[in-house]
Amino acid sequence: MNEQPIEITPEDEPAIDRRSFLKYAGIAIGALAAVELGAIGFGYAQPRLAEGDFGSVITAGAVDDFPPGSVTHITNGRFYLTRLEDGGFLALHQRCTHLGCTVPWDQAANQFICPCHNSQFDDTGEVLNPPAPRPLDLFPVSIEDGSVMVDTGTKISRDDFDPSQAVYA
Amino acid sequence: MSDRDPDIEQSGFDRARKRLTPPGVPTDDRARSRMVLDTLILHLHPARIPARTLKWTYTWGLGGLAALLVTMLVGTGVLLLANYTPTAPDAYLSILSLRSDVWFGELLRNIHHWSANLLLVVAVLHLLRVFFTGAHRPPREVNWIFGVVMLLLILGANFTGYLLPWDQLAYWAITVGTSLITYIPLVGGNIESLLLGGPEVSGATLLNFYAFHISFIPLSLFALMALHFWRVRKDGGLTIPRTVDEQPIERPERVTTIPHLIRRETVWALAWIAIIIGFSVAFPAPLEGIADPMVSPNPAKAPWYFMGIQELLLHFHPFVAAIVIPTLALLGFFTLPFIDHASEHEGIYFRSRRGRSLAAMAAGLSLVLTSAWIFVDDRYLDWATWLEGWPTVLSNGFLPLAIAVVILALLDMWIEKGLGGTLEERVLFLFTFLAVSLVVLTIIGIFFRGPGMELFWPWAMPSAH
Repeated sequence: MNEQPIEITPEDEPAIDRRSFLKYAGIAIGALAAVELGAIGFGYAQPRLAEGDFGSVITAGAVDDFPPGSVTHITNGRFYLTRLEDGGFLALHQRCTHLGCTVPWDQAANQFICPCHNSQFDDTGEVLNPPAPRPLDLFPVSIEDGSVMVDTGTKISRDDFDPSQAVYA
Repeated sequence: MSDRDPDIEQSGFDRARKRLTPPGVPTDDRARSRMVLDTLILHLHPARIPARTLKWTYTWGLGGLAALLVTMLVGTGVLLLANYTPTAPDAYLSILSLRSDVWFGELLRNIHHWSANLLLVVAVLHLLRVFFTGAHRPPREVNWIFGVVMLLLILGANFTGYLLPWDQLAYWAITVGTSLITYIPLVGGNIESLLLGGPEVSGATLLNFYAFHISFIPLSLFALMALHFWRVRKDGGLTIPRTVDEQPIERPERVTTIPHLIRRETVWALAWIAIIIGFSVAFPAPLEGIADPMVSPNPAKAPWYFMGIQELLLHFHPFVAAIVIPTLALLGFFTLPFIDHASEHEGIYFRSRRGRSLAAMAAGLSLVLTSAWIFVDDRYLDWATWLEGWPTVLSNGFLPLAIAVVILALLDMWIEKGLGGTLEERVLFLFTFLAVSLVVLTIIGIFFRGPGMELFWPWAMPSAH
C-alpha cells in the first residue's frame, strides 16, 4: 500500500474501467469462439455428395426418349420425369410431401398414389387428395444438346402447378 | 522411521494390495468378498431404509428394473458391436450373418431388442407410478426433471437403434419419423438434412445414428442415472407409502438395506433376466427385407412408440400434430412439479378416496371420448373441404386443436366449479385424461390401422403386402 493516491479529473476518467473492459472483452471472445465452433460443427456435419448420386446433376436421357404424355421414374435421381402433352418437362421428387414415403406412379389411375397415407397427386404433382399439404417438389430441369439434365441438389417447393414451371426443349 | 512403516520390508505387490484394501479387513476369503460387495452396495443405497418402502405393490420395482435393463442393454450392445458393420447395405448383411453364422448371435440381438422396448415401457410406467403417488413434488422436482430427460434419451436410443438393422421396417419408420422434423417452421428442413447427413435416409444417416446410439446417448444416460440415484438419497429416499386414511408417518420403522432390500432386488432382477431370456428364445426380433428406398411398404408405420403421434397426424395438420402438441406435452412434463406442488397426499396412490374416483372417471371419459373422436373424425369430419380457402394449418390444425382444448377446459371447469375440485385434483384429472388419450391413440395406431392407414378391427386386418 505504498501507492500514492492519484488525482483524477473528469476528463482523465476512462469511459470504462479495466475490470469491466476485461469482462466485456472476455464475453466477446467467448461469443466469437462459440460462433466459430458452431460454424465448424455445422460445416463438419454437412452432407457429403458423390458425382452421379442423388444430390448432383443427373442426366435423365435424350429428349426424344420421353414421349409427350408420359411419366418416367429416374431411380438414381429419386425423381419422376413428366413430359406433358404439350412437350414440357417437369422433374418431380418421388418423396411424398406429407411424411416422406416414396410415391409410386399408378399408370392405370394416371395418378401418383402414396401407400403410406393415401395422398394422391396428378402427373404435374398437384395434390388430388390430402393429407399431403403441398404438391410434389420440383427439381430444376435444363436441356443441353438434346439431353434432359436435372439438378437434384436444388429442391423447389411450391403451392400449386403453374404452366411456367414446365421446361421446353 | 522404519518401525512406523513396516511396509518397507514387503514386496511392491504386497504394498500395493495393502493400499487397495481398507483397514480391518477380515482374514477369510468369504468374509472378505462379502465386505467388498457390501461396501459397493452401500455406495448406491443407504444403510437403512424405511420398512414400508419395501412394499412391492407400491413401487412395483420399476426403477430397479429400468436400471437392470440399461445394464443388460450395455452388455448385449457391446457384444453386438463386434458383429455389426455400420454401413449400407452391409449393416443388413451383418444382421443376417449374426442370425445364421454367429453362435448365439440371434439370441443376443433378441435380448437387446426386447430389453430396449421393455425399457421404454418400464420408464413410462415408472413415471406414472411417481406421478400417481405424488413423488414428483418438492423436494423431488429436480429428480422428476432428470427422469423426463432420461425418458427422452431412452426414446432417442430406441429411435436411433431402430435404423441399425437396415431393413424395410427400419428404413421407412425412420423416414416417416424424421419427416416430422420438416414441419418445424423455417429450420425444419435444415435440421432434418443435418440429422440424415443428406436429402434422404442413406448410409450417412446410418453412420450418424450409429454414432449417437453407441456414444452420446448411453454416456448421457449414465451421467443422468448417477445424478438420479444420488438425488433419490439426497431427497430423503422414496416417498413412504400409506393407506388412504393414514396420517403422514413421522418416524417410520427402518430396516437394514442388507439383506432386506438387496434380497428383494436380487430376486426381482434374476426373475426378469429369466423372463427376458425366455421371451427372446421364443420370439425373434423382427427383420424384414433389405432397405429399398424405391418401395414404401403399405402401411408405412413409425416405430410403435411414435404411433400415438402418427395417429394424431391422421387427424391434425402435421405442424400441429408433430410440433405443437408434442411441444405442449413436454412443457407440461417439465412444469408439472412446479404447478402441482402441495405435498400433503404424498405416498397415497391417486391422492385420496376422491382422487381415486376422479382418476377412474378421467380414464373412463378419455377412453370413450378419444375413441369416439378418432372414429367420428375418420368418418365424418372433413375440415379442409368444409373450409375451403382456409390454409389447412388452420382448418385442419389449429381449429380442431382449439375445439379439443375447449372440451378439456370445460371438463376442468366442471371439476373445479361443479365438484369443488382442488388444484391437485384438477391436475390429477387432466393428467390421467391425457395419459389415457395417448395410450388409446397408440393402441389404435398399432393395432387398428391397416393398408392406406384405414381403420380395421385387429382380427379383420388385411395382410400388409
